[in-house]
Amino acid sequence: MNGLSKGMPRALLEKAWLGSFLAAAAVWAAAMIYSGGQGGGQMLGAALSFSTFFVIVGIGQMLIIATGPGNVDLSIPGTIALAGAIAMKVMDGEDSLIVVGLAASLAAGAAVGAANYGLIRVLRIPPIIATLSSNLLVQSTAIAYGRGLRVKPPPAFADFTTATVFGVPVLALCAVVFAAVMAVVLARTVFGRSVLAIGQNMRAAWLAGVAVDRTRLLTYTLSGLFAGLCGALLAGFSGGSSLDMGMEYLLASIAVVVIGGTSVAGGKANVPGIWGAALFLFLLLTMLNTFGAGAGVRLVMTGLIIIAVITMAGGDKPAR
Amino acid sequence: MQATSERLIRLQGVAKSFGPVRALAGVDLAVDAGECLGLVGHNGAGKSTLMNVLAGTLEADAGEIVIHGERRSPYNVGLAHRLGIRCVFQELSLCPNLTVAENARIIHPKLSGWGWRKRAAGLIVAKLDEIFPGHGIRADDVVGDLSIGRRQMVEIARAFTVSDRPVHLVILDEPTSSLDSVSAEQLLSFVRKVVATGLGCILISHLLGEVLDYADCIVVMRDAKVVTSRPAREMTRDSLVAAMGDVGDERVVAERPSAVRRRDAAPIRVRVRSRRGGRHELVAHEGEVIGLAGLAGHGQTDALIQIYRSSRRRAADTVVTGPVALVPGDRQTDGIFHLWSIGQNIGIRSLKRMSRRGLIDLAQERQLAEDWKRRINIRTPDMTNNILSLSGGNQQKALFARALGSDAEIVLMDDPTRGVDVGTKLEIYEMIRTEAAKGRTFLWYTTEMEELANCDHVYVFRNGRIVADLASDQLTEAKVLQSSFEETV
Repeated sequence: MNGLSKGMPRALLEKAWLGSFLAAAAVWAAAMIYSGGQGGGQMLGAALSFSTFFVIVGIGQMLIIATGPGNVDLSIPGTIALAGAIAMKVMDGEDSLIVVGLAASLAAGAAVGAANYGLIRVLRIPPIIATLSSNLLVQSTAIAYGRGLRVKPPPAFADFTTATVFGVPVLALCAVVFAAVMAVVLARTVFGRSVLAIGQNMRAAWLAGVAVDRTRLLTYTLSGLFAGLCGALLAGFSGGSSLDMGMEYLLASIAVVVIGGTSVAGGKANVPGIWGAALFLFLLLTMLNTFGAGAGVRLVMTGLIIIAVITMAGGDKPAR
Repeated sequence: MQATSERLIRLQGVAKSFGPVRALAGVDLAVDAGECLGLVGHNGAGKSTLMNVLAGTLEADAGEIVIHGERRSPYNVGLAHRLGIRCVFQELSLCPNLTVAENARIIHPKLSGWGWRKRAAGLIVAKLDEIFPGHGIRADDVVGDLSIGRRQMVEIARAFTVSDRPVHLVILDEPTSSLDSVSAEQLLSFVRKVVATGLGCILISHLLGEVLDYADCIVVMRDAKVVTSRPAREMTRDSLVAAMGDVGDERVVAERPSAVRRRDAAPIRVRVRSRRGGRHELVAHEGEVIGLAGLAGHGQTDALIQIYRSSRRRAADTVVTGPVALVPGDRQTDGIFHLWSIGQNIGIRSLKRMSRRGLIDLAQERQLAEDWKRRINIRTPDMTNNILSLSGGNQQKALFARALGSDAEIVLMDDPTRGVDVGTKLEIYEMIRTEAAKGRTFLWYTTEMEELANCDHVYVFRNGRIVADLASDQLTEAKVLQSSFEETV
């Protein structure tokens, strides 16, 4: 890593996020060849729609993973389920209550995130265990709260979450803007720099004047908040909340972060890569689906890809 | 007693370097059977390196090791152990998750088969009873649960246990540092007793009284060399201290009379009452350079961290007026961010100041980096290069730039010139003086005597307490050493 020339770090970053987009394109092309060029546009539209949700939770997960080894949020599935249930129940099918319902689900998500950090900091529980157990608590709360009732989203909310402009989902466009904003936050704000500094060396960050506790609290709170947002939107998108709708986001949220080029060793985050990785992941699963592979094969593939990406990314870590 | 004339070990011309740092520059040492050799010297004099070479844990670059009259090469830990050389190091080497008996078994491979645990227990407890009567340690106690003093006892007792191989030489590196006075006394009496039976012993201690009272012969090391080797009865405290420092060291190290006058006029920046009690409190005024002296690890870093912590969260016993920045000495663990450029590493402490409407002004960050590159001469073609592209000394300069380029009025320095070459050191001293003249306050922990000459006022630490408070006109190397080694009353 010695003697990096001026443009090198940026070039590396670009390479990292380009990679996930190239992989997504390759998978799409493979699927096209297999299906003889049919339904390509439709497939892309679906990929954009579903990737949006991956991206929203992925960015929260990325903030946490970037604060260093061991930091991870496993409470995302439960938070999505709870926030979805809250959003639907509070909105109660009324257009006038959309804002209230959205605010309630965001608040619930943020509260879960803040509570997670409370467990980690005050009770000194490792993040993996803290967020995993809080996932169980939150999931159970969602079950008790929702009581299995399926409330339909308000029409305006359902329309918004499924709307498209020129074939492109509106939500996906919003998520692109959201990702762009978060990329700026990461690179150009005190919070973003603090996250990256903590990820490289927490003690050095503290000694350099970084507000370590506040920053870490904020990363967990934001991850909860984004999971809450995802839950509400997902409930609107799929015509009501269900208790297991967060399930696949446990692995997916981590997968898109890692495949997107964020370092699991901490200190290096990559926002555009999350978009590429989300598209890649969705397209890959769709392709396997069209090949007739079962759910088991799809999960095995996802796991293998994560391992492969971490192994490859491990090569360019500078020696401390 | 008849074995006393037999030579156990002889080291000749042993040299060892770590990169550019010469830890041993050709050292001769000999220990006879039935002799207790005292080894003293200031931090970094090379004592521990020498003992590591003797124990086989470090390989010497040059020189020969003769044990029982035979030249040993290659030499290693296993051979040392077979030849009956045992070591009790400062960093305790017991496994905290194992019991006392299991730890004893580790160095006695002979204890195997059914009932090894019981035999190991018998071995270690018998030795503990012999050295420290009334020790209160059970063989099935888990080592991690024992107090530091008791762990030290187990470590010492284990070094003296014998199963199949005889013990000929025991190295005790600061054995009494975590023992109370009764156990220390028990240990030293035991050492005298076993030495009389023909065992050899090397005793390293910062408590000069111990060495003078219990060693037969005293070797003084300074700057990687042996400077004195004489029978203990010919030495006194004062001659030992003189041998460790400069001989004509009554001269005043620092000549900065202006500092003394300034002291009362300037406002107080830092005031620390020691948590462990003590006669003195630490006070730093505006524009002063305060030295924290004493042996390494005697609470100087803790004091700096205490000040740093209370600058961020108010504490009752510490007064800090003004923003604080810290310059770490351990760059890799406390300082640099290895994924970032030099400029980003400098800017991290000043991000808030460089932000406009919530966004960091990148032009200003670049400007800060370029300013400091020029001012303290960081040797790099481009400040956007990765921080690891710099040499150690220049990385340290970047850390100085981080602190000095910030809004901090108080700068804490935790042995910041560790591993820095002489040229860079002089540049750093110059920089500190310039900044102090502008009104900044420096608190400077250093293990190097010559750096104290740059200080207006020096506090000497021992066991977490301030034991001496010296103005620059009273500062002599002898006084600092004297208080560092002072006996507990």
